[in-house]
Amino acid sequence: MSIVRLHAAVALIGRFPALAGVDLQVSSGEVVLVQGPNGAGKSTLLRLCAGLMRLESGSGEILGHDLMTERPAIRRQVGLLGHDTALYDDLSVRENLEFWARASRVDVGAVDPAMERLGVAERLHDISVGQLSAGQRRRVALAGVVVRRPQLWLLDEPHAGLDPSGRDLVDRLVIDAAAAGATVLLSSHEVDRTLDLATRRITVAGGTITGDVDDVG
Amino acid sequence: MMLADVLLVAAKDLRIEWRSRVTVSQVLPFALLVLVLFGFALDANRPVLDAATGGLFWVAVMFVSIVAVQRSTSIETTDGARRALLLAGVEPAAVFLGKAAAVALQLLAVEVVMVGGVIVLYDASIESIGLLVATCLVATVGIAAAGTLLGALVAGVRARETVLPILLLPVLAPVLIGATRAFDDALGTVAVDGWAWLGLLAGFGAINIVLGALAYGVLLEET
Repeated sequence: MSIVRLHAAVALIGRFPALAGVDLQVSSGEVVLVQGPNGAGKSTLLRLCAGLMRLESGSGEILGHDLMTERPAIRRQVGLLGHDTALYDDLSVRENLEFWARASRVDVGAVDPAMERLGVAERLHDISVGQLSAGQRRRVALAGVVVRRPQLWLLDEPHAGLDPSGRDLVDRLVIDAAAAGATVLLSSHEVDRTLDLATRRITVAGGTITGDVDDVG
Repeated sequence: MMLADVLLVAAKDLRIEWRSRVTVSQVLPFALLVLVLFGFALDANRPVLDAATGGLFWVAVMFVSIVAVQRSTSIETTDGARRALLLAGVEPAAVFLGKAAAVALQLLAVEVVMVGGVIVLYDASIESIGLLVATCLVATVGIAAAGTLLGALVAGVRARETVLPILLLPVLAPVLIGATRAFDDALGTVAVDGWAWLGLLAGFGAINIVLGALAYGVLLEET
């Protein structure tokens, strides 16, 4: 079953075609490493798959929903870790995650296990997010993805800013998500590390896919 | 479900406000300072101050509303938090109504103190408490709705702190006129029918609530 299906997909940032005719098909359970130089269009590709960007031309389906007409339905079913953490500085770790769970119509009971899994439960849960380090914020944002148990994980530089244990944790999350049947697209400059996780590697350059290699892991 | 989302967003914004204390530590002192400075400027001409009390009160509220709306907007623009609302799938109309409700409650709290301020500083007396309370409620709903809508409109603008007042103050002109007339009646300073002006305020509020509920989704996506 195709989780991601893009055909001649064009997405603009302002007037600039950040994606200039992308064809991509990703099946259920795949772990796809998206690699490429800065500004190649990796983040745009992930945001498009999350339903956060408008498809300017071409066609696409994510989790069976049309990218042109059903973006709200797509957004509700994906988990996106972007460059920013999308957290409220003045709320505590727990309050951020509980708000996120309630807004997403997810069981609030999933918050505690997610915080423990990401190592932000014991000392940090009542601390305002604004007081956390960049790496700790990243862990909280990842906990937000875990809380939703998405069918499609979209991780943009998930290892960035994390200490070695945090990076191992990301690897474990990706492995477990794939084992549970979820599909993962992750962009990373840490190619050696992520090649071990990935089942497939695509290369993005100039807003198009220039390479696609299966069974890389 | 929609009401639950409205309450969720409003509670989140009010909790953030409670933690940051921006209203208490910045907005409220600013509002009182404006009243004091108006008082200094006009105290030598007591009849003018008496006649202008309603107008001065609502001009101060306009200034305060800019600060409150800017704060409300920045909550969602900092660190891409707005993206979380989109991904969560909260109805944009619920986000709008929740944020507008939070702004309105903060403004009403400030107005309570400001009414005390004009009584003490300007020696104002209230002839119709019902009209005064109704004016504050109806005008504030309109201010919060228009402010939240325009806040979303300028959210993606680099110089939004300066653009917002330029857009918001002209839009709020009908509120300034209507609320001032209604306040004049409530304070007994000018012989007008304040309840009739309340109708203008109610219309302004209703239009902006409907407009905001319809347009907020587009603004959330595009900015």
